Amino acid sequence: MAYPSGFKYTRDHEWIEIDGDRGKVGITDYAQRQLGDVVYLELPEVGTTLAQGQSFGTVESVKAVSDIFAPVSGEVVAVNEAVKARPEVINKDPHGSWLVMLKLSDPDQAAGLLDAEQYARLVK
Amino acid sequence: MVAFSGWEMPLEYSGIADEHLAVRTRAGLFDVSHMGELEIAGKDALAAVQHVTSNDASRLVVGQAQYSALLTDRGTFVDDVMVYRLAPQHFLIVTNAANTSKAYAWIADRIGAYGDTVVVDTSSRYALLALQGPCSAAALQPLTRVDLDALPAFAFATGEVAGVRATISRTGYTGEDGFEIFTPPQSADRVWQAILAADPAMGVVPAGLGARDTLRLEAALRLYGHEIDETITPLEAGLERIVGWGKKGFIGLAALRAQKAQGVARRLIGFELTDPGVARRGHAVFREGSATGTVTSGTVTPFLKRAIGMAYVGAADAAPGTELEIEIRGRRPRARVVPLPFYRRATPRRP
Repeated sequence: MAYPSGFKYTRDHEWIEIDGDRGKVGITDYAQRQLGDVVYLELPEVGTTLAQGQSFGTVESVKAVSDIFAPVSGEVVAVNEAVKARPEVINKDPHGSWLVMLKLSDPDQAAGLLDAEQYARLVK
Repeated sequence: MVAFSGWEMPLEYSGIADEHLAVRTRAGLFDVSHMGELEIAGKDALAAVQHVTSNDASRLVVGQAQYSALLTDRGTFVDDVMVYRLAPQHFLIVTNAANTSKAYAWIADRIGAYGDTVVVDTSSRYALLALQGPCSAAALQPLTRVDLDALPAFAFATGEVAGVRATISRTGYTGEDGFEIFTPPQSADRVWQAILAADPAMGVVPAGLGARDTLRLEAALRLYGHEIDETITPLEAGLERIVGWGKKGFIGLAALRAQKAQGVARRLIGFELTDPGVARRGHAVFREGSATGTVTSGTVTPFLKRAIGMAYVGAADAAPGTELEIEIRGRRPRARVVPLPFYRRATPRRP
């Protein structure tokens, strides 16, 4: 699966799609393949403030549980309840299944993230 | 691939959920050659097996197998095993991979009193394939002249599969109908390929260690290192059915009698989370805020699609319907004790 060129990526296998001062965050195709069948998500409440690199929830698959980390600092302004209700969609469409939307407190942080080409090399 | 007890094991092929569902609805093929094989033979082999295993091996006729255990003097598990009666005085004991050398040494040290009887570790002579699921018999029958219809649960027969010498046993570790096939290692690949090449309508898929674990959890089959170990007795593990109370004696019997008279302090239970979350091995279990035990296995299983698990709790907290809480990363979602197994196949085997 190709990594969307408009996204930024972390070494912990999250992606963020930034639009102005908002960013939707999800986990990458590589991450979902490593985890296998996703069965449960633990996500923060709207209004939670996250620092870059902070664990903000967990993705549970049949075989393992994995933390998810904030790619950048910001406040949670939306949680994707549809994905929370049907977490298995993450396996089918990892780059279309955002988990939380952040209001970025320091948009400059995004420049330090990986682009699609760098991320694809990382997980090759 | 994952490292498992000195073996490189496939964790999954097409995915745990996919393989799990195939076994529940069609059939899956597992390579479980990591399991150990010990053979006890000699003129007093039955007496030796009766001494070192908990279940009553005298009830086996040649061609039958039973679930049993090797126990310490304290009545706790050295290993849980399958005992096959190959001949009147010749038994095959299938052990867990991680326990094979321990079980071998343990038996060898304890059968000296039985005259001409010996124990031999024959693990390297066997590959073991497990074909499990409702389509297993239909998929296997075209490959063998052994009449599978004549093979009830826990029976086995020797013959050929795909032209390879094999012992076919109607046993397994998934809660489904199925077969375990012992073959010489050098021919195992041929048997594996022949079964996977079965009529596509049977839908046989290769299945790995991951699905084996979720399947056995739904069927509430105990796993050594999780539900049972050298601190747990069969009475605590809900396995009184493998205790041969009527036998003259076996290692661990005195301790089990004492525990039975006194009553167990803790019991293995099944639970289902009633709040969102997934319980895993090691999570603490509470009842009304007081600690009562620990989760031994847990996940969301692919067939039932519920967050289930097994745990040891205080005997007073073990009744089905009891409300518990399980600590998961600082939260305490509620759970309810449910009867085991979680899953029982709908169609009973032929009588």
